[in-house]
Amino acid sequence: MNRDIHQLETIANELRCLALRAIYLAGSGHPGGSLSAAEIVTTLYFSVLNIDPTRPDWPERDRVVLSKGHGCPILYAALAKRGYFPIEELWTLRKLGSRLQGHPDMRKTPGIDATTGSLGQGISVAVGMALGGKFQKKSYRVYAIMGCGEQQEGQVWEAAMSAAHYCLDNLVGVVDYNTLQIDGCNAEIMEIAPLTEKWRAFGWRVLEVNGHDIAQLLDAFAEAKNTRGKPTVIIAHTIKGKGVSFMENQVKWHSSVLTKEFYEQAMTELRCTEQFFKEEKEALHA
Amino acid sequence: MPEKIPNNRVAYGKALVSVGEMYPNVVVLEADLGKGTQTVLFRERFPERYFPVGIAEGNMMGVAAGLATTGLIPFASTFCVFASMRAVEQFRNSIAYPRLNVKVVATNAGIEIGPDGATHQAIEDIAIMRAIPNVTVLVPSDPVMTMKLIPMVANSVGPVYVRIGRQDTPYIYDENNLHLEFGKAVLAREGHDVTIIAIGNMVCRSLAAAELLEREGISARVLDMFSIKPLDTAAIVQAARETGCIVTAEDHNILGGLGGAVAEVLSTEMPVPLVRVGVQDTFAESGDGEAVLRAYGLTAERIAAAAHTAMARRTS
Repeated sequence: MNRDIHQLETIANELRCLALRAIYLAGSGHPGGSLSAAEIVTTLYFSVLNIDPTRPDWPERDRVVLSKGHGCPILYAALAKRGYFPIEELWTLRKLGSRLQGHPDMRKTPGIDATTGSLGQGISVAVGMALGGKFQKKSYRVYAIMGCGEQQEGQVWEAAMSAAHYCLDNLVGVVDYNTLQIDGCNAEIMEIAPLTEKWRAFGWRVLEVNGHDIAQLLDAFAEAKNTRGKPTVIIAHTIKGKGVSFMENQVKWHSSVLTKEFYEQAMTELRCTEQFFKEEKEALHA
Repeated sequence: MPEKIPNNRVAYGKALVSVGEMYPNVVVLEADLGKGTQTVLFRERFPERYFPVGIAEGNMMGVAAGLATTGLIPFASTFCVFASMRAVEQFRNSIAYPRLNVKVVATNAGIEIGPDGATHQAIEDIAIMRAIPNVTVLVPSDPVMTMKLIPMVANSVGPVYVRIGRQDTPYIYDENNLHLEFGKAVLAREGHDVTIIAIGNMVCRSLAAAELLEREGISARVLDMFSIKPLDTAAIVQAARETGCIVTAEDHNILGGLGGAVAEVLSTEMPVPLVRVGVQDTFAESGDGEAVLRAYGLTAERIAAAAHTAMARRTS
């Protein structure tokens, strides 16, 4: 497990740049929830996961289900940076003929383990993957990243109940708890708190972390791995739009169009230049 | 077939056990209706491969999808109402769209289930399921067909929806003479004056209707359209050409199901008179199964009358 925190932080920042550029060029997409999940995705793909980008269908690989499928730009950025497909393919996001759909498509995109986007469904699919792993005595682990608004879906709790029932200690849920959803903050739309108590009552081990603190995330994933007999959920407290001042904690950046002006300002804040994208491309082709 | 199987549910349960013997990667999910769907037979034989999910059909579809991604062949069962309506969006997005190898076999189709009433009488499931891309939709008509069909379903690749009724069913076919292929209708009876296209519990009633018509000197063809999707368009067009009029018979709403599917083919390929026997776009009610079928016009007599209507509308 890579514990070079500084390096992982640098990667998280790069993924933010790649995701925002993809969303900007697409003309639509979900910046807020992509940015809030940057450290979660980075920690998984650059430290925790047992994967082989040259073999996306390797049966023994760890699986990731982005149950909050709308956050896929940050996931696509991680996959591209890990070499599942070229960086420049990110600029085809949401365009006709692209392998990068508006929400994750396991049949089109190398490295995507589950087709998601309809909230509440990914966690069930992850339960099935973990159950299939147990049944076939495989050692792979399954990670499901959920949104906080998604916690309002009844299916999440059906899935939670079943994961505990089948003692799926090979399953880890992560809640990207940025407290905002399309129409407002969770508390005013439909309160999801107390989340820790809810998951615990459903039979899960619950860990709470600062979702932008890579050291805390690494420790939590390690602790989940050492947990026996029950699934673990990591409640990751995050900031929607994290890293771009005008997006942080702003409901409207759930899925607002990124104009050229806003895009350039965001890139400046992330200390990201055109040179960066050029270097990324060259590094990958080296 | 050594012992008489009373209905398609028991045939499904038995077929599932034999499929389980053949394929160690077949697993079964059930949403607390195993005694109704007869997946309990699989549970008795292979308890370690039987995964109850509780009364949570949406989750069942997702778990089945996840299991399928690991190379297993999940059969997921519940009643048609829940499989096709409560959990349809999970079925669409988690199974059908990614073309996962999940077999949804749903029982207690149609109004024939009787006493449980309209809440449990699925009359929309065929219309819903056949509108979803990538899905194979099958409706077996007798235990012989069900026993043959389930191993084919297990062998096929991709999402399948199988619709099975609840009530006891007479045998229609002889297992040695029944050849099944997805997308090919079974010719249950040859005839040249009118064609009755039927599915499920209406096939035996259509055969009875053909007997009634024969007494009047009318030769009725009966096509068992067990494969709703892919649909045997060629057999429909051939029937239209050769008999000049069509009757459809289904324990389902006349909108969007078999009648709808046949109407689509006829209107684009070979317009001929069509009369649709089925539930006339209404919710039914509680009652003895046979009584409910009679009350809503799903009888051999009504099919025979529909044949007369169709023949009278024929121009030639």
